Amino acid sequence: MADSNPNETLDSSRPTIAVLDYGIGNLRSAQKSLIRAGADASLTADPEEIAAADGVVLPGVGAFGACMDALAATGLDEQARVAAASGRPFIGICVGMQLLYEGSEESPDHAGLGLLPGQVRLLPDTVKRPQMQWNKLATSDHPLLIGLDGSWMYFVHSYAAELSDHTIATTDYGGEVAAAAALDNVWATQFHPEKSADDGRRLLENWVDFVRSTSKTSQTPESDQTRL
Amino acid sequence: MQVIRVIPCLDVDRGRVVKGVNFVDLRDAGDPVELAAVYDRQGADELIFLDITASSDDRETTVAMAEAVAEQVYIPFTIGGGIRTVDDARRLLRAGADKVSVNSAAVARPELVAEIAAEFGSQCCVVAIDGRRSNEVETSLGAIPESAPGIPSGFEVFVKGGREATGIDAVEWAQRVVELGAGEILLTSMDRDGTREGFDVEMTRAIADSVNVPVIASGGVGGVHHLAPGVTEGGADAVLAASIFHFGESTVADAKEALTNAGITVRPA
Repeated sequence: MADSNPNETLDSSRPTIAVLDYGIGNLRSAQKSLIRAGADASLTADPEEIAAADGVVLPGVGAFGACMDALAATGLDEQARVAAASGRPFIGICVGMQLLYEGSEESPDHAGLGLLPGQVRLLPDTVKRPQMQWNKLATSDHPLLIGLDGSWMYFVHSYAAELSDHTIATTDYGGEVAAAAALDNVWATQFHPEKSADDGRRLLENWVDFVRSTSKTSQTPESDQTRL
Repeated sequence: MQVIRVIPCLDVDRGRVVKGVNFVDLRDAGDPVELAAVYDRQGADELIFLDITASSDDRETTVAMAEAVAEQVYIPFTIGGGIRTVDDARRLLRAGADKVSVNSAAVARPELVAEIAAEFGSQCCVVAIDGRRSNEVETSLGAIPESAPGIPSGFEVFVKGGREATGIDAVEWAQRVVELGAGEILLTSMDRDGTREGFDVEMTRAIADSVNVPVIASGGVGGVHHLAPGVTEGGADAVLAASIFHFGESTVADAKEALTNAGITVRPA
């Protein structure tokens, strides 16, 4: 476990990332781990800051309906839709992944953001719920998952998105369960990369690399940035 | 696939790790951040910090500890001990803890479990149950638990470090807290705690079979050979140990090797 991140020496290419802060749970770990992965990450609900960020993270913990209510109360549901529609890299984590779908069995009276097609379903009753453990990924070929086939990630969830054409990683928990998904610029993980030790760090570095590759600032470094 | 977690447990008092931590290579054996990092490197799946700070005035140090751990440790960690209100839980979760564990405060006021679950989600609401055999009968197979008045399972909930009986049946209590919203049960045998004789696998099995949330087996581990029976006989989803790791007798990797050799799936250390 290295203490230094090679990306940290490349200050000129630290993309800015907005972690949507709508008053739920512990976002500190997500922010810290994105910084460690080479990004300039901030927790924010400010529309201007979100609009200016190179990449946007939608976190989420707790119940689907409570998260949708909190997003709506802060206006961040609309900000999330705008950010996703802008084509900039966008990633949902844990319940943040589930919120991207059209709806969830957990809260049938709440619509999701509808950025990914399909529904979120309760895990089978043949297994303990929540799944609260590390589990192994089976990955497909996707930039988020470079080097991560067979990696171990930390999961905490009772619901998961339906498997679809957009599923890019699965894990085995009472059958094949969607662990990550992607449609164009909208990506998502059911597990918590920020709590998944070195494998989680690699995944976030993959995402930050992608954000960097798409960001305007990386192509035209600004004058106040210093190349070390 | 069920993947069994190995969880070292650290006792902290006013933000410092206490009780017999004895690593040779540490600059500061009382530093929770440094110890957490050691266990993280060894392949620990989670960590539990048990706050034994006596005075509530000193609890801010525990919040500061949670912040410091969250800065440098990228595996999940739970803080238990002294959490009496939703606000206590909120401060620790905001500081970076992934879960909070409640024990005697939930026995005194079970609604606390529902309040924490409603506010932050069941996934971060652990209920710690300290259980003891209230009655036993000797058989040719050894002592087995037997029902006692009001304690149909034979396992009773205790509080105050195992000193005070509550008259509550441990199995019924486990079911009740899960209904209230607990997402995980941390089950400690107060008969076995500190004995190094191994888990009370009968009690673990009784609880694990009665709820559909993960159960962490705790109390009595005296060597890595004690871990697997908590899973194979007790049905636990995670195993907790303290002294075998703290004294450097065993590493988390040793624990995982022992579990693997017993046919149990773990995340490789």
